[in-house]
Amino acid sequence: MTFIKKPIFRHPSLPKNDLGLTYRDYEGLVSTLCAGCGHDSITASIVQSCYDLSLPAHKIAKLSGIGCSSKTTNYFLNQSHGFNTVHGRMPSVATGANLANRDLIYIGVSGDGDTASIGLGQYCHAIRRQLNVTYIVENNGTYGLTKGQFSATNDKKSKNKKGADNPFGAIDLALMAIELGAGFVARSFSGDKEQLVPLIKKAIAYNGFSLIDVISPCVTFNNHPHSTKSYDYIREHNTAMGELDFVPEKENIQAKYSEGESVDVTLHDGNSINLQKLDGNYDPRDQDKAVSILRKYRGEGKVVTGLLYINEDANEMHETLKTSTTPLNAIPMNDLCPGIDELDKLNKSYT
Amino acid sequence: MMKPTDIKNPSYFHKVVDCQWACPAHTPVPEYIRLIAQRKYTEAYMVNWESNVFPGVLGRTCDRPCEPACRRVRVEETPVAICRLKRAAADNKSDITEHLPDIPKTKNGKKIALIGGGPASLTVARDLMPLGYDCTIYEKDPKAGGLMRTNIPSFRLPEAVIDEEVDTILDFGVIKKFNQEVTSLKDILDQKYDAIFVGTGAPKGKDLNIKNRYEAEAIENIHIGIDWLTSVAFKHVDKIGKKVVVIGGGNTAMDCCRSSLRLGGLDVKVTVRSPKSDMKASDWEIEEAELEGVPILDNHSPKEFVIENGKLKGVLFEKMIAEYDANGKRKLISSGEDPVLLECDDVILAIGQENAFPWVEKDIGIEFNEWGQPTVDKITFQSSLPNVFFGGDAAWGPENIIWAVAHGHQAAISINNFCENIDLNERPDPITNLLSQKMGIHEWSYPNDISNSNRFAVPHTDHSHALSSIEVEVELGYDEKLALEESKRCLNCDIQTVFTENLCIECDACVDICPVDCINFIENDTEESLRLKLKVPALNTDQDLYISDNLKTGRIMAKDEDMCLHCGLCAERCPTGAWDMQKFTYIEAHTEESKILNYVE
Repeated sequence: MTFIKKPIFRHPSLPKNDLGLTYRDYEGLVSTLCAGCGHDSITASIVQSCYDLSLPAHKIAKLSGIGCSSKTTNYFLNQSHGFNTVHGRMPSVATGANLANRDLIYIGVSGDGDTASIGLGQYCHAIRRQLNVTYIVENNGTYGLTKGQFSATNDKKSKNKKGADNPFGAIDLALMAIELGAGFVARSFSGDKEQLVPLIKKAIAYNGFSLIDVISPCVTFNNHPHSTKSYDYIREHNTAMGELDFVPEKENIQAKYSEGESVDVTLHDGNSINLQKLDGNYDPRDQDKAVSILRKYRGEGKVVTGLLYINEDANEMHETLKTSTTPLNAIPMNDLCPGIDELDKLNKSYT
Repeated sequence: MMKPTDIKNPSYFHKVVDCQWACPAHTPVPEYIRLIAQRKYTEAYMVNWESNVFPGVLGRTCDRPCEPACRRVRVEETPVAICRLKRAAADNKSDITEHLPDIPKTKNGKKIALIGGGPASLTVARDLMPLGYDCTIYEKDPKAGGLMRTNIPSFRLPEAVIDEEVDTILDFGVIKKFNQEVTSLKDILDQKYDAIFVGTGAPKGKDLNIKNRYEAEAIENIHIGIDWLTSVAFKHVDKIGKKVVVIGGGNTAMDCCRSSLRLGGLDVKVTVRSPKSDMKASDWEIEEAELEGVPILDNHSPKEFVIENGKLKGVLFEKMIAEYDANGKRKLISSGEDPVLLECDDVILAIGQENAFPWVEKDIGIEFNEWGQPTVDKITFQSSLPNVFFGGDAAWGPENIIWAVAHGHQAAISINNFCENIDLNERPDPITNLLSQKMGIHEWSYPNDISNSNRFAVPHTDHSHALSSIEVEVELGYDEKLALEESKRCLNCDIQTVFTENLCIECDACVDICPVDCINFIENDTEESLRLKLKVPALNTDQDLYISDNLKTGRIMAKDEDMCLHCGLCAERCPTGAWDMQKFTYIEAHTEESKILNYVE
């Protein structure tokens, strides 16, 4: 961590977005994580994405559980709503918040412990319901806050800092999300903002459950030569499935990629995603293909990154439940709670 | 492709210390500001004294080229009050005797004549006396100090401050030939000095040859600014008329109008030919004059002195308009309005000054150019006569004290080389050093938690008291508390960000924390396109890009030195120590060994 406050001075030529804000207006407090933590780069990527999308901070809610990852919501979007929840329970709180106010943008930040261990059940059901949240897992394969035990996402062949073997296999959160019906599944690396920022922007624009599993090296406990989640290992084994370009609706002029080399995916809100295919036949709309490629590459020891799967037709939770299109806090009290007479009428209608 | 930066080149990091780079004498500014912050005023004073010889004088009067250069103005409105902090060091110091150089009792047998007793000559004496030279100063006035004494009024610079700093040097045993105007260089040459230094300044005030200038009725009431100020300084003049017109827009004009207010002037005006924005005076001098109630009438070009009833009635002015051609070159043309008469009892002409050498014989080997300026080498200060050196305003015309000091230091090196038969172009190297400031994981031995405050104003004497006498100093200077607060504004630009490629794991932590977005990890390119591709384009080409060698991913680190706040957060957030904060010391070489490191360590 750092003892001094970050100076208030900023570069006078910083560009401004449509709201007249600089990216620094989307920052939070200075991080108290270890120097060089991958999580800080993810924080910076979230800041950059919200700035790029010109999102008003008061229309965003950031939620997290417990752990190094979950501390990071304090380090971005200082002006947004926030809820630092109980360990592994971020999805429930996000579900409740989202049911009450569907107009906010929900960014959930969790870690591999918070999601793949204590919160695994919550994670599954949030996906199953297609909760409209951008769910970012800051995945470092280790329990950093408790001094570096293996987490459930740590690869079997990886060792800990002292050289002990990991006896158990890893849970692949992306593969699991595809199986459970998530509409948007991506994997990225904290050290590659050029890939991560467009993914976050796309995930925020996506209407439904979007997972970004970001491999984020723990510099203190899991950045050694026998780790499979170190800066060096990821850089050597990274296999990007495609190069993404997020095209906001207002700029939706025909893309720079030639037909056959790219896939255009139009989102519900009119924005679109352009994926330039690096791996010949890869089409992220094919669920079976996504699953098989993830399995295949995992067997080869590669780390597949990029947009892995997208379902542009999935219904999010509110659509499925046919809830009110107006957020609950905007419905007049009389409509929201019509009183005892209406309740009596309703009850009588069942007799 | 850009090549990795060679940080071993002493100019590279020196340039990043903008204030020190801008100072003609290369005073280590951040170093003395940190000493002030530690209340080590004597040490702060000595760091200055070694560099610029007159910290008390300069702390009140310097033209402060360091302040517009201050990095702080790139991120906020006002620079650190570097100049006034210098004064705080001078005001609060203890006795400096023990820190002064030892003057050898046994002389080296070389005799040097210094013509003119101003800051340039005094600096030469300061640098040569400790080496055993015999120095003789010739001065036409009864006291040494030159324009510091004669042209800067006491309400800006009290006599006691000049006396103290001038006497420090004279007390080294300089032979004083005061009240002796040199009227022949040949006479001096005939006295067989080993070398002669000419530091006679630019003592000739420009005249204004317009109608009635030399009429007997008016001549008593038309004064040449610098001569008038000299007479005031030596108390030969102690009053002026009630209505005064000062013609001219430089700092001398400001000193003349403010002096007039203190010597009986009630209605004092300044006129300038050009628009006010083109005035030569420093902004703060103009501001002070206006605060004291002196109106500045711009676009007024003097046409004639008006005489009525056998005495001066006033000055007639033509109103002007500035026109700029396509190249931005200014031309003043008449506005066609009726001329304006400004009535007055006295007129002071402060329209410039020049050096003049009527006392240098034309046949003794000193070359002059078509404008009557001596031919002087820019590096060695040697004239066409090998044993005669020029410096200060005498060399290339009016500059200011700090330049005169810088010239003096260099001329002393040359004179020493000359007397020791060393090639004059063999200049001694500066002392440079890089030293890590790391004390702990997040602790540095410099104060990186800088103040966000705006510049603190210097307290002034109450207005009516200030005008009551020319001896009352207007600025009171910072008290200790204010000096401490102001010193915290310094960004410590001499504490450099030093990058070690092979330690970097490219985690981006430094990029993310940098408050001013100056760090980039990027594909190498030509400087021109790289500058445009940075996170925030680096458009100030006066400032370098710090370029690393290739990193593991094939990218390079490119840092724009322009905006860096030297806050050290990049180094604090770096998990591998690839970034380190290292103090860059740059000490300009003088004739004798520097003691600056003794004061700071």
